[in-house]
Amino acid sequence: MPYNQPHPLEVRVLTRRFGLPNSQSIDTYIANEGYQALEKATAMSQEEIINEVKASGLRGRGGAGFPTGMKWGFVPRNSPKPKYIVVNADESEPGTCKDRLLIEYDPHQLIEGIMIAGLAVGAQQGYIYIRGEFRYLIGVMDKAIDEAYARGVLGDNVLGKGIKFHLATHSGAGAYECGEESALLESFEGKRGNPRIRPPFPAVAGAYQCPTVLNNVETFCAVPTIILRGAKYFADLGSPKNGGTRLFCLSGHVNRPGVYELPMGFNLLRLINEVGGGVRNGKKLKAVIPGGSSCPVLKADECDLAMDFDTVAAAKSMLGSGGVVVMDEDTDIVKAALRIMRFYAHESCGWCIPCREGTTWLKKLLQRMDDGMGQRSDIVLIGDLSKNMLGRTFCPLGDAAAMPTIAFVEKFREEFEAKVAA
Amino acid sequence: MADLVKFTIDGRELEAPAGTLVIEAARQNGIEIPSFCYYEGYSLQAACRMCLVEVERMPKMQVACTLPVMANMVVKTDTEQVRNARKYTLEFLLSNHPLDCPVCDKGGECELQDMVFRYGAGESRFTETKLHVDEQQWSPVVFYDAPRCILCFRCVRACDEGMGVGALGVVNRGAMSLIAPNHGDHLECDECGQCIDICPVGALTSGTYRYQTRPWEMEHVGTVCTHCSDGCKTTLGVRGDEIVRGNNRDRSGINGEFLCAKGRYAFDFYNHSERLQSPLMKVNGKLEPVSWSTALKAVATKFSSLQTSGGKFGVIGSNQTTNEENYYLQKFARQVLGTNNIDHRRTGDVTTLVDALSGKTGKLAATTDFYETPAVLVLGADLAVEHPFLSFQIRANYRHHAAHVYAVTPDVVREDQYSVQSIRKPAGTEITALEGLRSALAAESGLVIAFSDSVKGAAVHTLVEFGESLGIPVKYAALVDYTNSRGAVDFGLTPELLPGFQASGQVGLTTGEIVTATDLAALWVIGDNPLQSATLGSTKAFVVVQDMFLTETAKNADVVLPSASLYEKNGTVTNGCGEVQRVKRAVSTLGTKPDLEIIGLIAKEMGSAAQMGPWSPDAVYNEIRSKVNGYDIPLPMVLMGAQQTAPVNGRVGVEPRPELVRSAKENLFTSGTLGRYSKILNSVIERRAGHAPSEGNS
Repeated sequence: MPYNQPHPLEVRVLTRRFGLPNSQSIDTYIANEGYQALEKATAMSQEEIINEVKASGLRGRGGAGFPTGMKWGFVPRNSPKPKYIVVNADESEPGTCKDRLLIEYDPHQLIEGIMIAGLAVGAQQGYIYIRGEFRYLIGVMDKAIDEAYARGVLGDNVLGKGIKFHLATHSGAGAYECGEESALLESFEGKRGNPRIRPPFPAVAGAYQCPTVLNNVETFCAVPTIILRGAKYFADLGSPKNGGTRLFCLSGHVNRPGVYELPMGFNLLRLINEVGGGVRNGKKLKAVIPGGSSCPVLKADECDLAMDFDTVAAAKSMLGSGGVVVMDEDTDIVKAALRIMRFYAHESCGWCIPCREGTTWLKKLLQRMDDGMGQRSDIVLIGDLSKNMLGRTFCPLGDAAAMPTIAFVEKFREEFEAKVAA
Repeated sequence: MADLVKFTIDGRELEAPAGTLVIEAARQNGIEIPSFCYYEGYSLQAACRMCLVEVERMPKMQVACTLPVMANMVVKTDTEQVRNARKYTLEFLLSNHPLDCPVCDKGGECELQDMVFRYGAGESRFTETKLHVDEQQWSPVVFYDAPRCILCFRCVRACDEGMGVGALGVVNRGAMSLIAPNHGDHLECDECGQCIDICPVGALTSGTYRYQTRPWEMEHVGTVCTHCSDGCKTTLGVRGDEIVRGNNRDRSGINGEFLCAKGRYAFDFYNHSERLQSPLMKVNGKLEPVSWSTALKAVATKFSSLQTSGGKFGVIGSNQTTNEENYYLQKFARQVLGTNNIDHRRTGDVTTLVDALSGKTGKLAATTDFYETPAVLVLGADLAVEHPFLSFQIRANYRHHAAHVYAVTPDVVREDQYSVQSIRKPAGTEITALEGLRSALAAESGLVIAFSDSVKGAAVHTLVEFGESLGIPVKYAALVDYTNSRGAVDFGLTPELLPGFQASGQVGLTTGEIVTATDLAALWVIGDNPLQSATLGSTKAFVVVQDMFLTETAKNADVVLPSASLYEKNGTVTNGCGEVQRVKRAVSTLGTKPDLEIIGLIAKEMGSAAQMGPWSPDAVYNEIRSKVNGYDIPLPMVLMGAQQTAPVNGRVGVEPRPELVRSAKENLFTSGTLGRYSKILNSVIERRAGHAPSEGNS
């Protein structure tokens, strides 16, 4: 599966090996700075690695944007239990399609990032939890792991330095919910993918109740560059407190949809108009979902902003997982809201009442509205139900369903009213 | 105990041990925080979101069921935000709830109804189509009506954690989530029905109770289960003169809300179609119905004349009659009939244990000890099916206190799942494993040892010597079979012992000797069936049988007197752990009389009424208090809850008879003496046989 044509405005750091012949092979990787960061990290203390990651300003790429170095620092160093590295490759957020490319075109970068995390916290075992639908990636990853074992990168004597590190893949079974870290761990342990009560957080009690570092694929992939080229290099790529680049997954009504690596803080309108070649068919921009389906929609006039965690949060949305969904002037917002709510109703795990019942009710309500059977009071009800879910669910999935819905109703109320009147 | 921390709920300054959950701290102080999924004793879920509260300095509302109290924490449970959260969570719940309350078994005692009444909205905003799934039957006694289910996962936990069975799970996702059996379309479990009991709504309903009544039409009679010797309190739901339900939802009694299949369902023997409702007398070799006065006169006349002529009497008592009846019967046998030929079926070696423990106090384990003691050693018994409540207690002990469980049994037992050591020894050789456990047991800080009938006689002495040499507090329990097996021993239904383990002086005949004696003049059987597999040695014996059914023994009787079941009389019983509990009449069956009254009436006909004293249970109990070792317990104390007896504190004055001890090894899935007349229990057993579950019930 070819990825999109690169764009000149891109700053290719994590994707710099994409497009090289045989980019997924260990030979190509090693010939292009591969495993040099690991070599370097073996000479560093755990503190030094963690401090480097902290200084880089790397924030979790799964969506929440939690500082990665700080997360690693939470792992109790003197715990007598084994420690684990678990990779969240359960990429399922609608609008997001970057982790698959990182695995498909540069699996060794991920392996190296995982191994450095292992050094940082003293883990000797890693697992890559890959979304069940990404079956083809399991083969790619397994092949890369086999190569790494064959070259003495993985195993009981990593790079001949007497360090142990083992790595294996684990297939998910098709639940969006398992992208939530604690549900992922439940599923990983072979149980039903319900989220766990937190605290304790995975850093303290994760896989098999042992201390666990759990990060997104893109997060781990950034680590080798941070170690090799230094925290400052990485931090300077982005905007303040938002180190590095970001893989933006541009989709929807644009001329050049694709995954583009751009500095943190890149302007959203420039992303759409310059990198993405503008709105398709010369239409006007109506709205953008800036970070995957769970992020509140931005109206066209709100889109002139820097794409980093803090700026997008200030605009009352989220940078999320980098899934930028562009909607042109012909977009039916009620249909869009319905499509998103169908997804959440389908993916709600059923554990807690507000999410389980709320998403289903909202789905039915939006469907009825889209069918032209809505009433004016339903518009209020949609907003009410969403707010009644918000902040009251067991895990963030309820919020993820409620927040975009609230935004759709607040920002495009006239479209809902038009459906009712019709 | 953990340190106390001070905190505030709704403006009240409170304190509780560190680690106490806010929901518990509030409830202990009379502040209700509603919940569905939070259930004391089982794992935390935080799923229903009913218990959201405001906590100062926390940005979002918090779930009180997973939040431990912290010093200076300020909790508010009655703010606009909290009230709204409850109201709208209930609105969400009702959105897919069928609201078929008028025909729902749970209507009137439904937690969802109560919550909506207290916290819910006055109107419904849901106008969409509700999800529907057809009702399923998972076993003869368990039905699941998915639309009513609110997915609180109590049933899943009760089965998995409480019972150690894990027959239930969750399938599908989101609003389509369902509770489902883990074995295809049916349950492979103990059929204890706790899933039904614990269900806050009418999603799980009972095969025996469903559509029988409205809850408010029942009287609730708290009594003691008549099946095994664990002595669970059961609250019988009585409508008119019919028992329609057994449960213990008020969690009173030694067992809290625990009941097994027999305790919950197997009450229906009492109105079995074969129940005797008239005295029978042999006329021309055939048993014919006669009046009570005719039958009683016949028995009294015959007994009087045989007594005058010095005829040999044999009296066989029951494991299921009350303490008062047992006392009264042995008194009648010894004082009116003048014989020590009285016995019953002995199912555990209580006598040797009492003898071996002489001179020591506080050595007999109560049912609470199985929950509270740091270590438990089980010898010979498959507790999960033979003593389900004790097994439940041990599991709770393991979950809550990380108790160390040791099992020495002939076969695989459920305790193996969480025992620190499980050892297989053929029945009768269990104590050979003791020395191997010595160092592990000596390191415990307290131990309960429960042993079945395969440890008896000298082995009990060996066991007690071993226990007392460990240097730690040890308590013992001799496991027995039936609801009042212990009471039968305590009250002298033996030829060698009077009530209170006093020597009877001249040792009379045992059951076996009575049955085979060729010169027996009269056989009087109360609630036992010795001729089920034996023939009476004496051909001319006058046989009187008091029973609920025409048993094999009753068929051979000259006079059959229909007796009341334990659910049809008042009195006390003593469970295997020596705890005395009150039984209370729930119903009565026309034509029957309690055994106590029957014995009293025979005494009256024989002119011995004055000697025997009144036959009211309370009067007999008062006599017991003053006459029987260990039973000087004021009746109000018994009424308040179980009180453990403290039997003789010296050597038992006669040699125990361990050779007579033999458990019937009845379990949950054998029909037993009463169970064979319970239709529902038999249907469960048949269905279970059809599924051929795996060995060992594990």
